Amino acid sequence: MTTAALPDVARDDATLRAFLHGLPGVDKVGAEARAATLATRSIKTTSKRWAIDMAISMIDLTTLEGADTAGKVRNLCAKARRPDPADASTPQVAAVCVYGDMVQTAVAALTGTGIQVAAVATAFPSGRASLAVKLADTKDAVAAGADEIDMVIDRGAFLSGRYLQVYDEIVAVKQACGPAHLKVILETGELATYDNVRRAAWLAMLAGGDFIKTSTGKINPAATAPVLLVMLEAVRDFRSTTGRVIGVKPAGGIRTSKDAIKQLVLVNETVGDEWLTPRLFRIGASTLLNDLLQQRQKLTTGHYSGPDYVTLD
Amino acid sequence: MTSERRAFAYAPAPESRALVDIKPSYGLFVGGEFVDPADGTSFKTISPSSEEVLAEVAEAGPADVDRAVRAARRAFTGPWGRMRAAERAKYVFRLARLIQERARELAVLETLDNGKPIRESRDVDVPTAAAHFFYHAGWADKLAYAGLGPDPKPIGVAGQVIPWNFPLLMLSWKIAPALAAGNTVVLKPAETTPLTALLFAELCQQADLPPGVVNIVTGAGATGQALVEHPDVDKVAFTGSTDVGKAIARAIAGTDKRVTLELGGKAANIVFDDAPIDQAVEGIVNGIFFNQGHVCCAGSRLLVQESVYDEVLDSLRRRLGTLRLGDPMDKNTDIGAINSLAQLQRIRELTDAGEADGAERWSPPCELPEQGFWFPPTVFTGVGQSSRIAQEEIFGPVLSVLTFRTPDEAVAKANNTPYGLSAGVWTEKGSRILWMASKLRAGVVWANTFNRFDPTSPFGGYKESGFGREGGRQGMAAYLRSTDA
Repeated sequence: MTTAALPDVARDDATLRAFLHGLPGVDKVGAEARAATLATRSIKTTSKRWAIDMAISMIDLTTLEGADTAGKVRNLCAKARRPDPADASTPQVAAVCVYGDMVQTAVAALTGTGIQVAAVATAFPSGRASLAVKLADTKDAVAAGADEIDMVIDRGAFLSGRYLQVYDEIVAVKQACGPAHLKVILETGELATYDNVRRAAWLAMLAGGDFIKTSTGKINPAATAPVLLVMLEAVRDFRSTTGRVIGVKPAGGIRTSKDAIKQLVLVNETVGDEWLTPRLFRIGASTLLNDLLQQRQKLTTGHYSGPDYVTLD
Repeated sequence: MTSERRAFAYAPAPESRALVDIKPSYGLFVGGEFVDPADGTSFKTISPSSEEVLAEVAEAGPADVDRAVRAARRAFTGPWGRMRAAERAKYVFRLARLIQERARELAVLETLDNGKPIRESRDVDVPTAAAHFFYHAGWADKLAYAGLGPDPKPIGVAGQVIPWNFPLLMLSWKIAPALAAGNTVVLKPAETTPLTALLFAELCQQADLPPGVVNIVTGAGATGQALVEHPDVDKVAFTGSTDVGKAIARAIAGTDKRVTLELGGKAANIVFDDAPIDQAVEGIVNGIFFNQGHVCCAGSRLLVQESVYDEVLDSLRRRLGTLRLGDPMDKNTDIGAINSLAQLQRIRELTDAGEADGAERWSPPCELPEQGFWFPPTVFTGVGQSSRIAQEEIFGPVLSVLTFRTPDEAVAKANNTPYGLSAGVWTEKGSRILWMASKLRAGVVWANTFNRFDPTSPFGGYKESGFGREGGRQGMAAYLRSTDA
């Protein structure tokens, strides 16, 4: 693969398909074995402390419920700024991730903090709407002040092999984003194979996504270790082919500090520490933060506190 | 590697050494108890990562070997030989469970004595050893289904000599099928790694195994020679170097001893241009750097199709930069110590010869500990088929890279070796895997994986890699007399 070969791979459906299907395959057994081996890394003492703080600073603190209210979003923003009110040394999270109608509330609560406001858009989570509606959804969130847009790809079109349609849609959404960063959700739990995960990752990167994200959090399985491994390999290879550096965001099902630390190990040993920054790696989660805080308190005080010693939201 | 400063450096995570109780000295395990050798000599076993002396171990002379063989014979003609097969199975199952129960102890001891990373002894050696006992325990009362007639019989007393690369695992490959078939054994572990075999002897006591069914005699080459040449040994099983294997074959020629030999290898790991590259690179790494390359079936010759040579080599070099070499007891260590000074010298000699032959040598940046025996992961490119590093077994973390253009050329190069133990094929094309497997003269052909071991699968070689199979139904045949004829 050469850089010169890439710019026009999306000139028509056949060329794009030939390119995506020409990527090296992923052997399922091998990919899962590699992820399982890296999961045995033992992260202790000083490196655990470092990893916990890094993980907190990478969190996209998320609430994506039909029952969300402005009050709940304001509480979440307060938590994002001061995750542990009892310990000022706790880093703040990277972003707060909400539905489009909550963007204004979040922006008002986070102005001047450096915490980004991310909005899910494009008929999240299913993506089943016309392109016009998806673009309107995106523009609405950006107009309300969203710094980042988390879009979903059209899995129906992808699985039918209509790659160019998926590509064009991402290009259009990216354009609608204006200055906002675009995270492209592949919804890997619906893509069925690791080969598809690799192809969807390349498709999203070729189309201009700034980040590739595993999941909506509404489908199981979500951010599994082998899926993350395949996506990290994709950004690594994309960088060596095009020079462009793309971020990665696992989301969904990451609930414990152990899960989060394992993901940082995957990053560390697949793409290297260049990606160990909130600029290039995010963790989409809601309950994870409290577990990280409890582990952090344990490292500070030497004993576990319990769920009543961290705030609910 | 370790020298490079990383943002996410892993703090030391050593496994506790206190898990295992190492005695200052060990006797021989004969007739169910530990006894002193007749002439009182002993040798030291050291930890190759620190050169620390771990224990003094008795050196068995011919008189001790004779005593052990007689104990085994008594058990064979006595309680073990008379025992119903289903009862015998219970003992083998019990040994399997004891290996699991004392897994951490065995893993720590293996790592201390051998130098391999605790991650491997914990996740591979010990669980696979238990799996071999479980699998073979199931055979004990089903021997009529081994394809050797309605009522196959055990052979008698087995003399078994095992190498230092997988001490407990090789012990289980030898002892589990022998006991399941109803034989009794005298086993000699390698002189640099006797400790897990001696702990296994304690497990035999704990399992109430009848005295003499398992005997462990420690010592070096002379002890092994006395064992295989003992006239009352009915069956010889050896895993080790081709030179010693040939000597054993000569020594027992003209006797009615049965023999299986599992010897050296120079396996080709063949990567086609349509391979799953990331997993192939993992397979290359696992193939040659697993257990510091101290693996008879190691993928020591990488054959890459020319069209993906640059891609594969770039990925491989990047991946090798992430390998963690150092304290084998650290749970995050990938590459441990070389087992002995003698082996380290052999690796040095062969790699120097590789350079002299004109091959290009590369290792990732890598700080070696000052104490102990260490060798960095090494890749040779531009290796000619005639180079010593392409022909001779190095038995170390050294990969020789060759290229090919067509499948026929890959097969020809892969087979162009006196060995024939294993091979690996990496391609997404199923028909090519089957075609390659039928053309490669190797006992095991892995497809899109490498170094996978399972007790149900027969393992063994072609040509100078030996004969006989271990594992599966074919492995049982090595310990049974057919009643078909």
